[in-house]
Amino acid sequence: MDSHAILAEIPRLRRYARALLGDRAAADDLVQDTLERAWSRIDQWRAGSDLRAWLFGIMHNLRVDQLRRAPPPTRPVEEGDCDLPTRPTQTDGLELKDLESALNRLPDEQREVVLLVALEDMAYADIAAMLGIPAGTVMSRLARGRERLRQIMAGLTDTPASRLRVVK
Amino acid sequence: MNPNTVKESDLHAYVDGALPDTEREAIARRLADLPDEAQRVRDYLEQKQAISDLYGATLDEPIPDRLRALSSPPRLPDSTALPHGHPGLLTRWSLQRIAAGILIAILGGAAGWIAHGQYPPAERIAAAVPLPRQAAIAHAVYSPDVRRPVEVSGEQEEQLVTWLSKRIGTPVKPPKLGKLGYELVGGRLLPGNIGPVAQFMYQDGTGQRLTLFVSTENTANQETAFRFAQEGAVNVFYWIDGKFGYALSATIDKGELARLATAVYEQIEGK
Repeated sequence: MDSHAILAEIPRLRRYARALLGDRAAADDLVQDTLERAWSRIDQWRAGSDLRAWLFGIMHNLRVDQLRRAPPPTRPVEEGDCDLPTRPTQTDGLELKDLESALNRLPDEQREVVLLVALEDMAYADIAAMLGIPAGTVMSRLARGRERLRQIMAGLTDTPASRLRVVK
Repeated sequence: MNPNTVKESDLHAYVDGALPDTEREAIARRLADLPDEAQRVRDYLEQKQAISDLYGATLDEPIPDRLRALSSPPRLPDSTALPHGHPGLLTRWSLQRIAAGILIAILGGAAGWIAHGQYPPAERIAAAVPLPRQAAIAHAVYSPDVRRPVEVSGEQEEQLVTWLSKRIGTPVKPPKLGKLGYELVGGRLLPGNIGPVAQFMYQDGTGQRLTLFVSTENTANQETAFRFAQEGAVNVFYWIDGKFGYALSATIDKGELARLATAVYEQIEGK
């Protein structure tokens, strides 16, 4: 294992974590945990395999662990079994206008796939292997995520903020 | 395949440049006749670029030292990764960890020992929050309330009894403590560990209040004698009878409360 190789991956890990978590400090914490875990499992690393995919996979698993630990207990919503509930959006014209906020409104598993494709240009099959899900699921998460993002962005630009007034 | 549509998966593969040339060209031709799909493709491409632009700057940010350091194997905690000069020596850091571990073990043991005495097994099985604690909290919350200490006042005792009996699913009746100087103020329904429980409140001439907590959640089915617990300033006498758990709480001294608890016990058990 080459320190230079790992060092070269850190900016990408940071970028993805940053986009995924929407918070700089939390993202760097996640990268740190990822690197620490990678070193503790360095014997599982197969020389010559894709270092980036291995590190991203570790990061994904850590993130899943984090979400599992986070209260309150949640149950993953199966794709397609219902339209995912969204929080109230009445004040979005005031609070949320940018892409980052729109991304944060995607369900975690959709955001993950959308980001891996957009930031890493990762192949669908590689994403499937990394996340441990079927290729078809990658595709449906990508399609839902993109369409949802498109609608959020369209909704925000089409909805005049003037409909909302700050009442003192 | 219907030449007038584009499969959703192909549409995304097209956006992501993941198709072989021939397929890509075929889809480009089809999109020329599908304005909605073509618009979506443009939107997705734009979206993808926007995401990339949004976070692109992160790649050029200087790497924080704590992350840079981790591009090399951390020296700890893996002792096998230590350089040759320190074969397996306990470092200060690992000693600290061991010390912390021992401390946690001691504290945990102590807490367990105290809890063991505090909450006898029947209650621990019966309730997530032990009966005396539930009762003491309910007492502390409602008894200081001057204007609305109860939901239904003691003047409507019949209604109170009917309502609470119905809600907790079994007949309950507030004991009469007039001879001991306490009159019924009223009662209320409360959430227990798994369902509704009842609280009756009494008051003496000086305004001193007493609450009787009645739970029907005891599943351990073990009868117990009187037990005493102290939760902060609140003293609690409690006992279990079948599925019932009773707890009498007040901020009066133990002897006085014991006398009242005995009277309550006799009325309830003697009925």
